[in-house]
Amino acid sequence: MAGQRARGKSLVIAAVGWVVAIWIFFPIFWMFLTSFKGEAGAIATPPRLFFVPTLESYHEVFQRANYWRVTFNTLGVSIGATVVALLFSIPAAYAMAFLPGKRTRGTLLWMLSTRMLPPVGVLVPIYLIARNTHLLDTVTGLALVDMFTNMPITVWMLYTFFREIPVPILEAGRMDGANRWQEITRVLLPLATPGIASTALLSMILCWNEAFWSLNLTSSNAAPLAAFIASFSSPEGLFFGKLSAASTLAVAPILAFGWISQKQLVRGLTFGAVK
Amino acid sequence: MATVELKSIRKTYTSEEIIKGVDLSIESKEFVVFVGPSGCGKSTLLRMIAGLEDISSGDLLIDGRRVNDLAPAERGLAMVFQSYALYPHMNVYQNMEFGLKLAKTPEAERREKIMAVARTLQLENYLKHKPGQLSGGQRQRVAIGRAIVRNPKVFLFDEPLSNLDASLRGQMRVELATLHRRLGATTIYVTHDQIEAMTMADKIVVLQKGIVEQVGSPLELYDCPRNLFVAKFIGSPPMNFLPGTVIAASEEQARVRLASGQEIVVVAGGAQGLIGAAVTLGVRPEHVRLGHAVENRGSGQVELVEYLGSAAHLHVRMQDGALLVIQTEGGVRVHADDAVTFSFPAERCHLFNSEGVALHRRSSGRMAA
Ligand SMILES: Nc1ncnc2c1ncn2[C@@H]1O[C@H](COP(=O)(O)OP(=O)(O)OP(=O)(O)O)[C@@H](O)[C@H]1O
Ligand SMILES: [Mg+2]
Repeated sequence: MAGQRARGKSLVIAAVGWVVAIWIFFPIFWMFLTSFKGEAGAIATPPRLFFVPTLESYHEVFQRANYWRVTFNTLGVSIGATVVALLFSIPAAYAMAFLPGKRTRGTLLWMLSTRMLPPVGVLVPIYLIARNTHLLDTVTGLALVDMFTNMPITVWMLYTFFREIPVPILEAGRMDGANRWQEITRVLLPLATPGIASTALLSMILCWNEAFWSLNLTSSNAAPLAAFIASFSSPEGLFFGKLSAASTLAVAPILAFGWISQKQLVRGLTFGAVK
Repeated sequence: MATVELKSIRKTYTSEEIIKGVDLSIESKEFVVFVGPSGCGKSTLLRMIAGLEDISSGDLLIDGRRVNDLAPAERGLAMVFQSYALYPHMNVYQNMEFGLKLAKTPEAERREKIMAVARTLQLENYLKHKPGQLSGGQRQRVAIGRAIVRNPKVFLFDEPLSNLDASLRGQMRVELATLHRRLGATTIYVTHDQIEAMTMADKIVVLQKGIVEQVGSPLELYDCPRNLFVAKFIGSPPMNFLPGTVIAASEEQARVRLASGQEIVVVAGGAQGLIGAAVTLGVRPEHVRLGHAVENRGSGQVELVEYLGSAAHLHVRMQDGALLVIQTEGGVRVHADDAVTFSFPAERCHLFNSEGVALHRRSSGRMAA
C-alpha cells in the first residue's frame, strides 16, 4: 500500500517535471526547427511540424556574417572575464569567509545590491569611460565590464563555498608551516574545486548570454554572439529563418558546454545542501 | 626538549575577556593537561600557544624565547585537532608529507621519516588511503602521525579522543601515553574527560572562566584541592559536600557540627579563627567507611545501590535529608531501604570556608590511610 502510494506520488512528480521541462525547452526546440525550414517555411501559417529540412538559412547566415570571428570574440570575453573575475574573487571571498570583520556582511550585501541596478542606469558613464580609454568595441573592454558586473555573484558564490570548508583543516595547514599563499593554493583551492568550477561555469554562461553591454559597447570588431543574433533581427525586417539559424548557432556551444558539465554544475550549486 | 612559559597571558574578544591572566610554566618533557568545564577557555589558551589566536597581552616563551609574534610553524609546535582536520584531498602519506615538504625536507629523508612513523602507528597498510576511507581511530592515528613526523618541540592536543567510542578512547589513551614516554616531547593536552587528565598528566591545570584554579599533579589535586571548584571537578563520582559549623579548632584539627547534629573531626589547619562560622565539609565517596566506628559516625537510609561490578555506589539519605554517595567494593550486600552506619576518616575529610577556599592541610603528598 505505502509502496504503491509512494510510486504514485513519484509518477506525479515525474510528470510535472516533464511538463515544466518541455515548457521551458519548447522555444529552443521551435527555434531549432525554424532554422531548418528556410524563409518561406518559417512564416507559413499554420506552422508545420513536418517539412523537408533545408540548410538555406545557415548558408545565408555564414555568407553574411563571420560566425567564427564572433564566436571567437565571445569565447575571449567569457573566458577572459571569468579568469580575471576568479583571480580577484578568490582572495576576496577568502578574506570574507575566514577573516571576517565588522563590515563584511554589509560589504557582501552592498556588492550584491549593485546587481539590482538596471544596467541602463550606468550606460552613459560606462560608455564614456570605455570611449575615453579606447576600450569601445574591444574584447578587453567588454570582458572588463562583464567581469565587474559578474564579480558580486562570483564573490558571493565562492564565499558560500569557502564557508563550508572546515576551518581546522586550514589551521592544520598553518600549523604545518603553510604561509597564506600555500594555505590557499594547496589546501583551500583543492578542497573548494567543485565550488570554484561551478562558479566559473556560471560566470561563463552569464558572459556568454550577456546582451545589453554587448550591444552597446561593441560594433564590428569585437561583436560577440549576442550582437550577431541582433544583426539578423533589425535592418531588413524580420527573417525568421535566418534569425533562428543565427540563434541556434549562438546558443549551441554554450548548450553543449552546459550539457557536458551539468553534473558539475548541479553538484556545485547544491554543494552546501548535500555535502 | 622544550619548556613553555606563560606570563600573565590574556585574551580579549571584542568586548569580553576570555582568558584573564594565566601564569604557567611547563617543564621540558612534561605532559600537561588543561581541564575545565565547557567554555572555560581551554581551547582558546591552547590556540594562543599554537599561534592560531593572537595573544592580547602577556608573554609566551618557548625555550626562554618570546614567541608572541611568530607564526605557528616557526614556534616549532604541532597540533592535533578534535576533528582530526586531515587534508581530505591527500592520502595518508601525503598528509604526513605536507609539513615536511613545506619545510623543504629532501625526498629521501621525508620517506624515511614517514615510514618510521607509519610503523610506530601501524599505518603502513593505509598509506595510499584517503582520510575518507579510514575509521575514526585510524584518522586519529594519522593526525598524530602528521604531528610527530615533523619532530616538534611541543605537542598540542585539543580533545583528540572525544570523537572516539569508549573502548577505542581507552586504547588510544594508552597509546598516547606510551608514545609520550618514548618521544619524551613536551605535551599540552586539552580535555574535559577527567579520567584522561588523571591517567595521562604529569601536571593538571584546572581552569574556570579563564582563570587557573589550581595547578598540580593528579594526586595533589585529588588529595589537596585548593577550593570547592577543584574538589568538585576532580574525582568520580564527585566529592560529597555537607554544610556545617566549626565548633572547636586546634592547630591541626577542627571539629565541625553538621546540620544533622553529628560532630566530625577533620584534619585541617588554621580553623581557629572560624569558630562559629559556616563551612563545607567535603568527603570523597571512596573514603567513607561503611560500618560501625567510634568517631566521626553517621547513619542514614540507602535509597539506591548502583553495582558497577568492581565497586558499588550507595546513595544514602542522612537524617537531615542530605544525600551522600558512598563507594564500596562490588560484593557489598546492601539493598535499598537498608539502614546503614558509616564513618568519615578525619584525615580524609576536606574543609572549605564560606568562600569555598580549602583550609590548609598537611601538604606531604599522600597521607597515611
Ligand atoms: N572567536 C570568538 N569570538 C568571541 N568569543 C569567542 C570566540 N572563540 C571563543 N569564544 C568564547 O571564548 C570562551 C572560551 O572558549 P573555548 O573554546 O576556549 O572554550 P573551551 O574551554 O575549549 O570549551 P569546550 O570544552 O566546550 O571546548 C567561550 O565562552 C566562547 O564563547
Ligand atoms: Mg574546546
